[in-house]
Amino acid sequence: MNAAVAALSSVGERRRIAVGYGFWVFLLSDIVMFSCFFASYAVLVHATNGGQQPRQLFDLDRVAIETACLLVSSFTCGLASIASGRRNAVLFHVSMAATLVLGATFLSLELAEFMSMVARNAGPTHSAFLSAFFALVGCHGVHVAIGLLWLMTMMAQVYAKGFRDDVSRRILCFTLFWHALDIIWVALFTVVYLIGVAP
Amino acid sequence: MPPVNRFWGKLSWAAIPFDSPFPMFASAAVALIIVGVFAWVVIKGHLPYVWREWITSVDHKRVGVMYVVLALVMLLRGFIDAAMMRAQQAMALNGPGYLPPEHYDQIFSSHGTIMIFFVAMPFVIGLMNFVVPLQIGARDVAFPTLNSVSFWLTATGALLVNISLFIGEFARTGWIVYPPLSELAYSPGVGVDYYLWSLQISGVGTLLTGVNFVTTLLKGRAPGMELWRMPMFCWTALASNLLIVAAFPVLTATLAMLILDRYMGFHFFTNEAGGNVMMFMNLIWAWGHPEVYILILPAFGIFSEVIATFSSRALFGYRSMVAATMGICVLAFTVWLHHFFTMGAGANVNAVFGILSTVIAVPTGVKVFNWLFTIYGGRVRYNVPILWSIGFMVTFLIGGMTGVLLALPPVDFLVHNSLFLVAHFHNVIIGGVVFGLFAGYTYWFPKAFGFRLHEGLGKAAFWFWTIGFYLAFMPLYVLGFLGMTRRMQQYDVPAWQPWLIAAAAGAGLIAIGTGFLVAQLYYSIRHRDALRDKSGDPWDGRTLEWSTSSPPPSYNFAVLPAVSCLDAYWVEKQNAGNNPEARRLSDYAAVEVPRNTATGIICAFFATLMGFALIWHIWWLAALGGVGAFATFVVFAWRDHVEDEIPAEELARMDGLDRMARGRGFDQGLPS
Repeated sequence: MNAAVAALSSVGERRRIAVGYGFWVFLLSDIVMFSCFFASYAVLVHATNGGQQPRQLFDLDRVAIETACLLVSSFTCGLASIASGRRNAVLFHVSMAATLVLGATFLSLELAEFMSMVARNAGPTHSAFLSAFFALVGCHGVHVAIGLLWLMTMMAQVYAKGFRDDVSRRILCFTLFWHALDIIWVALFTVVYLIGVAP
Repeated sequence: MPPVNRFWGKLSWAAIPFDSPFPMFASAAVALIIVGVFAWVVIKGHLPYVWREWITSVDHKRVGVMYVVLALVMLLRGFIDAAMMRAQQAMALNGPGYLPPEHYDQIFSSHGTIMIFFVAMPFVIGLMNFVVPLQIGARDVAFPTLNSVSFWLTATGALLVNISLFIGEFARTGWIVYPPLSELAYSPGVGVDYYLWSLQISGVGTLLTGVNFVTTLLKGRAPGMELWRMPMFCWTALASNLLIVAAFPVLTATLAMLILDRYMGFHFFTNEAGGNVMMFMNLIWAWGHPEVYILILPAFGIFSEVIATFSSRALFGYRSMVAATMGICVLAFTVWLHHFFTMGAGANVNAVFGILSTVIAVPTGVKVFNWLFTIYGGRVRYNVPILWSIGFMVTFLIGGMTGVLLALPPVDFLVHNSLFLVAHFHNVIIGGVVFGLFAGYTYWFPKAFGFRLHEGLGKAAFWFWTIGFYLAFMPLYVLGFLGMTRRMQQYDVPAWQPWLIAAAAGAGLIAIGTGFLVAQLYYSIRHRDALRDKSGDPWDGRTLEWSTSSPPPSYNFAVLPAVSCLDAYWVEKQNAGNNPEARRLSDYAAVEVPRNTATGIICAFFATLMGFALIWHIWWLAALGGVGAFATFVVFAWRDHVEDEIPAEELARMDGLDRMARGRGFDQGLPS
């Protein structure tokens, strides 16, 4: 009996490793896609078409709050994965809800930034630089939005199904995804905003 | 441009080409064939079987076969395009020929798109699907349902390209849609949009395949199947899938930028507002060159398997072959600029990329010598698969050498964008990829269906294809030197015409060869009892797929093989002779097999809706498609019963029957 249980758990363990591994491979491919948008931004950053430049457009205070939201949400997301490991549904739902609020705050701040830029005649159609900016930052934003949809789906699934093995594996993938978005944001914050406003 | 309707977007009756006979006739023929096949399936009562055993199957073998069927059907479509172009150029001296420019331009664009994305890719991926899990001793790929989704998304892309024949138009820009021609200002129609969305959707499928197979190969191998014990085809599949994971996101990003330009007025590649056209060339070829190796490396793997098997000898220089494969895998990313030496990046940049491009010939040369030495020391059986392999070695060598010529910037400046280039890449893709795929198709067909393909018809197909290939493409080298550029709808140089007529005759021979392939399939199905493979090992094979029955059971191996060396099955046969070790009941353990699911095809249904809606700017339908695809995944994730268990006793009973039928060791005491 013990041997059978051990064999089963090793099957489960192998599957968990395969799923996590496969999702890492997917994340690497996603990072390759982001690298193309980074590269196009670097190529086009000076092609402002006589219009406004990064220094005139970026508001570092807002971006600092966005960054703080995202970094703290990574912490709460980590709490959620610990809760999933301990099968603690209350902690899981609380920390996922906190992640949701922080992620939604990030997203609305980003939307507000986009709208203020469009209002100041600096929408994506005005220059190649702005096209590249909106595409790069927007691509990250779309990822965050998809992440939030996924997050809510996972909360619903834990509520309905509990910490089943396949649900736990999906939580593992979701947390990997969320942390990867954080890493991309750190690069984005540096390359776009910090270097953008540097004298 | 017609006005945009709020409900139907850009779609109106004007989109149907009532006034042009060719697309109308062609799409009517395609529609008739589809309706006919569907009607036949329904009337004969096969629909439940097809639905249960194929469409909703997540078995890697079934998915692999469906990929190959898709590729073969699309090969016919792509070949018809090619024949139309050859006929046009053979007659268009000083005149318009029979195809107006706007049709001719769509035909060469769809020919390239279809042949690369919907023939070569699904064929390669289909063979990998069928073979890789069997060769590494696995029961399935790492993510079976994802695999089915990948296939159906690829089929969606193919469907959208074919819909463009009847509703609207296809791109007139060539198969990699260079801007600014592909921008809205110069291509206002929906042709480029058909291209963009079919590739985006099928590209997602391809990327997921890459993720799936990297995980399968690195995390799913049988006990004892160390990396250095993997068959050569698995190594090349690993290299190919690593390239997919690293290169396809680049294609996705590049096409996304062009989509943003066309749909939302962005300026990535436009002539205005600072857009940078040359960035497109760099990005698309940063995907495009690795793509060449994604296709050719698995073909190299097939040749390695075929040559070792039919020479009855271990592959010469296995480790150097692996090193060459992985070397090409890395070098693939360092040569993209040779596609546009004439862009003006400067002499030093061109020199670096020219040298790197010629360096790729070194690992490729290592491979060719290894194959030659394998044949040299072996007793060769001249079956159809090795004929394709030998034809490949001669043909690919010529294509490789013209490639080295093109890699030299000064030469490239002379023949850039000429028919010399067209001859070169057909020389390596037909002589390399297509010959390899035909070799693999003939080689693994008995494993997939339990009977061999007819030898004589296969040999006839080989000779017509090979001679037809030389007749069709050697003249193009000459035409390149005579200064003929590619994609010409008409011309006024009389000296070109004889060569173009010869090329058209070559295309005719290839058509006969293709006819023999169809005849071979038909004849072999009709006479399958005479061609039956009862042993599971019709070619005296070396690798694990031949240790199973033909076709293998859904779980592949009743008992997972324990591997202790390279060419595991060959060594087992050498050691055991005619008395393989008997299996006992305690050797078997229950197996979990994933249940069939319609997730793949439902997802593809919504993806088709979404793609079509985005092409025609029907926004509500696009949103509906997106919501539907998401809902499909949620329903899939909510399933409670995801696997069926086959108990050990049942496994032992079926395996015992199979081993008895194939004359392999079994225990009389097993339940039967």
